[in-house]
Amino acid sequence: MKNIIRNIIFIASIGLIFFGGFRGEIGTVFNKAANICLECIGIG
Amino acid sequence: MANNNKKRHFVQLLSSIAVNGNFKGFFNGRIYTGKTKKICVPILNCYSCPGALGACPIGSLQAVIGSIKYNISYYVLGFMSLIGVMFGRLVCGWLCPFGFIQDLLYKIPTKFKLTVSKKANNILKYLKYAVFIIFVLILPMTLRDQFGMSDPYFCKYICPAGTLEAGIPLTLLNKSLRSAIGFLFNWKVLLLITIVILSISVYRVFCRYICPLGAFYSLFNSISFYKIKVDKDKCINCNACTNNCKMNIEVYKKPNSAECIRCGDCIKSCPTGAIKSGIFIDNERFKTKKVNSYNAKLGKSSNS
Repeated sequence: MKNIIRNIIFIASIGLIFFGGFRGEIGTVFNKAANICLECIGIG
Repeated sequence: MANNNKKRHFVQLLSSIAVNGNFKGFFNGRIYTGKTKKICVPILNCYSCPGALGACPIGSLQAVIGSIKYNISYYVLGFMSLIGVMFGRLVCGWLCPFGFIQDLLYKIPTKFKLTVSKKANNILKYLKYAVFIIFVLILPMTLRDQFGMSDPYFCKYICPAGTLEAGIPLTLLNKSLRSAIGFLFNWKVLLLITIVILSISVYRVFCRYICPLGAFYSLFNSISFYKIKVDKDKCINCNACTNNCKMNIEVYKKPNSAECIRCGDCIKSCPTGAIKSGIFIDNERFKTKKVNSYNAKLGKSSNS
């Protein structure tokens, strides 16, 4: 049973990555990561 | 066991350098803006660290949730699930730079090495799940401004890795950022100092009780491809594994406990070689060499 769950999660997680990428989430991640995050450093 | 830790610390050092390889950022006070910042790293490593080459998954998750366009991030949750289902918390023990720093801090000799009682540990360990659900998911989803955006609440109010890796170096290198320091920065530095001091006395205090990424990966420890297995035929119930586990896990009972960071101390401490780790080890027969030699020391026959 654990093996089945594991394999389903494995495939689903790859699917989620592609789906998120297709929705344009990678651009949002990049915009955040490529600029100084003032909240993260305790300024914002 | 010392050799295992040396090997692990070497891997941790390599990993810390690899994910923070933009060395010139530590001199000019600018963060890396290349395309690799689109990709998440599997560990808690602030993307505003001047050396960071990738994106922190916890920061990225809050950034996408807190954006105008999205309420949830399939990309980041999918990435975190993929790492979790493949390795569980192996990345906490072997790759995380902030975990590495805590490992080094715990090596500082002091009379005040604290062992958290089982009762307290059983309560405190749930704190990290609350941090993940409240600060990483619920608050960014619900507390939005008039534009429909929200802050990364975990990064803003808690994350000591962000303070250490990004806040302190960037404020030291940028006069304009330094002039903007206020209550929030002081709060985060205070939190960082508290965690640093506690880490000298309590092993991996942040990982055990606060880290939301560790909390997420821990959900996969029991089902991940990489796992730890105890051969019950070889186990002599000597408790060496449990006594050597700094995360207070009864390894022979629950080798893939959600709290296990898979450092491998239990494997090295086992006198009979009953504990193994790896991918696809479910049906593997362990070699009998080590148990035979141990039995020989006790004057027993391995076939008896």
